[in-house]
Amino acid sequence: MSDLVKLTIEGHEVEAPAGTSILEAAKLVGILIPHYCYHPALPVAGSCRMCLVEVEKSPKPQPACATPITPGMVVRVASDVARAARRAVLEFLLINHPLDCPICDQAGECELQDYTHEEGRAAGRYADYPKRYNPVEDFGPDVLYVPNRCILCTRCVRFMENVAQEPTLNVSERGDRARIGVFPGAALDHPWAGNVVDLCPVGSLLSKDFLNKARVWDLDKTASVCGGCTQGCNITLETRDNAVVRVKPRPNMAVNRWFICDEGRLGYAWLNRADRIEAPLVREGGRLVPVEWEVALARAAELVGAGDGPAVGLVSPGASCEALEAAARVLAARGEGSAGAFRVRQGPERPLAGVPDLALRAERAPNVAGALAAGFGRDWDAAVARARAAGLVLVLDESLAGLAEPVTDGALLYIGTVLPETARGAVVILPCTNVAEEEGSFVNLRGLRQRYAQARTPPGMARPAAWILDAILAALPARAARAGGRA
Amino acid sequence: MSAADGAGTGGAGGAGGSGAGARTGAAATARARAEHGVAVLPAVFGDEGRRKLDAILARYPAKSGALLPALWMVQEAHGWVSPEGMAEVAAVLGLTPAYVKGVVTFYTMYHQHPVGKYFVQVCTTTPCNVCGAEDVVAAFLKATGAGALGATSPDGLWTVVESECLGACGFATPVMINDDFIEGVTAESVPALVARYR
Amino acid sequence: MGFPHPPHPRETQVLSRWFGDAEARTYAGWIKRGGYAALEQALGMTREQVIEEVKTSGLRGRGGAGFPAGVKWSFMPRQKTKAHYLCCNADESEPGTFKDREIMRWTPHQLLEGCAIAAYAIQAEQVFLYIRGEFTEPLRIMQAALDEAYARGVLGANAMGKGVRIDITIHRGAGAYICGEETALMNSIEGKRGNPRIRPPFPAAVGVFGCPTTINNVETLSSVPHIIARGGAWYKGLSLSSPKSTGTKLFSICGTVARPGNYEVTMGFPLKELLLDLAGGMRPGRTLKAVIPGGSSVPILTAEEAMDTLLDYEGCVAKGTMLGSGGMIVLDDSVDMVYQVMRLARFYAHESCAQCTQCREGTAWTVKILQRILGGEGRPADLDVLLDLSEQMTGRTICVLSDSCAAPVVSAIRKFRPEFERYLGHGKAAARA
Repeated sequence: MSDLVKLTIEGHEVEAPAGTSILEAAKLVGILIPHYCYHPALPVAGSCRMCLVEVEKSPKPQPACATPITPGMVVRVASDVARAARRAVLEFLLINHPLDCPICDQAGECELQDYTHEEGRAAGRYADYPKRYNPVEDFGPDVLYVPNRCILCTRCVRFMENVAQEPTLNVSERGDRARIGVFPGAALDHPWAGNVVDLCPVGSLLSKDFLNKARVWDLDKTASVCGGCTQGCNITLETRDNAVVRVKPRPNMAVNRWFICDEGRLGYAWLNRADRIEAPLVREGGRLVPVEWEVALARAAELVGAGDGPAVGLVSPGASCEALEAAARVLAARGEGSAGAFRVRQGPERPLAGVPDLALRAERAPNVAGALAAGFGRDWDAAVARARAAGLVLVLDESLAGLAEPVTDGALLYIGTVLPETARGAVVILPCTNVAEEEGSFVNLRGLRQRYAQARTPPGMARPAAWILDAILAALPARAARAGGRA
Repeated sequence: MSAADGAGTGGAGGAGGSGAGARTGAAATARARAEHGVAVLPAVFGDEGRRKLDAILARYPAKSGALLPALWMVQEAHGWVSPEGMAEVAAVLGLTPAYVKGVVTFYTMYHQHPVGKYFVQVCTTTPCNVCGAEDVVAAFLKATGAGALGATSPDGLWTVVESECLGACGFATPVMINDDFIEGVTAESVPALVARYR
Repeated sequence: MGFPHPPHPRETQVLSRWFGDAEARTYAGWIKRGGYAALEQALGMTREQVIEEVKTSGLRGRGGAGFPAGVKWSFMPRQKTKAHYLCCNADESEPGTFKDREIMRWTPHQLLEGCAIAAYAIQAEQVFLYIRGEFTEPLRIMQAALDEAYARGVLGANAMGKGVRIDITIHRGAGAYICGEETALMNSIEGKRGNPRIRPPFPAAVGVFGCPTTINNVETLSSVPHIIARGGAWYKGLSLSSPKSTGTKLFSICGTVARPGNYEVTMGFPLKELLLDLAGGMRPGRTLKAVIPGGSSVPILTAEEAMDTLLDYEGCVAKGTMLGSGGMIVLDDSVDMVYQVMRLARFYAHESCAQCTQCREGTAWTVKILQRILGGEGRPADLDVLLDLSEQMTGRTICVLSDSCAAPVVSAIRKFRPEFERYLGHGKAAARA
């Protein structure tokens, strides 16, 4: 238990634990003291000097990020002295910063732009001198460095040194010649390197993937959960005209702090796939024919209710808890002996060294725990073997990649976003939404169930898998439906 | 050498800790030098260098304390601190080459490029400046044939730079020629001084 | 002595007594001159007694800040829970200052003795002697003296045979003025960029390699053996003016002066007499224009102000400047103030570590404005812009390098404004005429 310290910030009484900085204490009363180098995830540098505040009885303005609160302290953020100090820092930062906001990806979410608008000088006094110039550098797989825009806050350097714990970035040279550097021939290719782009308060570190793609004020932002692995990092899906164009981390201290890995950040293209199943399809006379949902659901219920032996479920651990639970109910409704399994794509585990319990996990799917909780097993090979002779195989958004064709001699009920070759023999094919197109939840590897929201409109007639499966259940004859309901 | 090349050699395994990073940078640089017919510089921390470094390391509670001394060893051996030299130092001290480079570029006495056989630093800060230091610089540029500040004379012998305060203000104008510290240099005394080294 | 000139009768030679005497550099020569007796004496005292003696002496840090040395030592933890370190700051780089260089060149054992006593007092077993990279000769001499001191058992696991471990390691800098700032110096020893650190934590709590550390200047530590040998009260008695400024001080006098050199006088000595009598006054036919009394980082004094300044901490403050390192830059009527202020600003711009915005950008901008003025293209508003920038570069940053750039600029514009105005509005041709 740390002692609480009482102080006054901008006229507000604040109480915070001893050792808290003025900057963090001010947040408690809703005051965001402007800053650049400070970031709660990084060691305090205290160097941008943007957060200078006036502290009563202190002869000089103090950096709010590096000054611990003391009892009775009186802090002024909007006083003339503090404002003048900030205005000066802004002017100093802008003397070498190009005024190229119209072509800068950061414009609209740039802290230099924002604070300059808020309290910078109307015009700089440096106008006649040439600005410092250094060419754009390719730092690594997804990161470009635009040195002319750099304000040397060193957040990126500290992230690589203290959080990634692989110092591949440095401050090179000194004085106004200083810039961020990499070693010749080396690349910023750490699996979490992309976070430096988020940490950069200006448009100096850019994502190549997002380069010139959209103005940020045109983006719609939706809270979501990353589908890349079992970590369950909280993300924001950013869409423009119904297409996901960028993924950003959404801070969650319990899961991913402020970060996401590059796989999660860049692996969103599939959310925008154009080759989607857009209408329910049913087999009629050897051909797959698009039909209304009612017709398709009736056919699906017919298959489930046929009662010709246990069904096998082949499900994806990328499906929502709601979908997986509904799938389990459908299998239960089918009757005794019906069961399902899932498989998980594996990859190397990539921890973020400086953050406990945060890694790109080896299991590259978001809802392994959810699938297990819904009653699906990891006995994939056995399930595939059983599927061959089963009367009904229910597939929930599984690619079926690598499986022999046909998957089953019985009936195949396929619910998915896209139609793999292996599933073309299905009797009923039902188009479902992907994670960006529905609401749902995943359970991460620590058992935390997290909701995600809908970011884009589904294509064609696609519906959330949970809705589809519940609708099938509802269309079943009464006795079977009750059995499913008890599952 | 593009960053992509480096990623190609070192990025495959991906796990790349600092050691792997060190090898990547050094290997890439060495390859580039070999492609261009530039002699690869000999390793500094062989048997003898390693012994010397170990003696230095014994004086510090953390390996990184030996960074500045190790860089001095590299400069003594090669005449400058090359990327290979930085990578070698990084490897022996368990640092990343990028970190080492950040340090090298902070300190002006580490040469990031090869310099002439005689590296001349003339103090031109105020106390010496008011005593004619800029004339001394001009005299050096003329007498050595270096022509311009920071350039090396065509015979490869001389590089002349202005230095900020050498800390011998009462002996204006102090000049360093490599490790020789010479006091009271005047524009008039420069030609004879240069002749002594030539 | 006013080395390299013969000693002047009005000097009080304590530290500089053996300057010019090569024999004093050797162990034998130092012993012959009474050396290492103070160390032996100190090792026979308790650590508290040593600190008390230095407190009594009133010795203040000679590197520029003037913090009482004994008080600084007493900040070190009494209960030692991890290694303690002493760092000796021999990064002498403040323009105008060249006293530590002479101490190291002529009396290396004097410094080693001071280091050893201080190390004992603060329970440090290891001393890092940080010598700037350009000081090749002092480095050689100090290393030779250090080797001798080890060979003679003065240092090592059983220093002076008293069962105390005192090791001294020379750490060579590599060209960075800012490493003379104590926290930057510690970073440099740790193999980092020489960036000053934010405080708190202070070095006595978290210093070099994360351990409690005291950093003292060469001149400060070299004074310690004399204080131990002759008593704190004796040292305290050496004062001509303020009782808060005691002992002797080495003044490095340079610039356009007849006899540049190091002069050791008692604190409170009149600047006028030091300049005109000891240092021989101005060169023939020249008159004094200005003095920068404490190294280039302090406000400039006009000739008139200089003439009634007393050379101690309080005397300089009374004149709106600082004693600083005691590096006195003398400027006569031939000196172009605008050009020399530009040179000083260029120095700071060159040496800025690049951390703080005001310093990184402000020092370079200051140079550009001054260069434009010198080029005859200055605008009437330029001087006000310079003053405004300087105000925002003062008291706003982690260390005082930025303040140091602003101080000469502001004082020069205030005191020598006509020289700046002459460049304004007279076109390029007239500018350098």
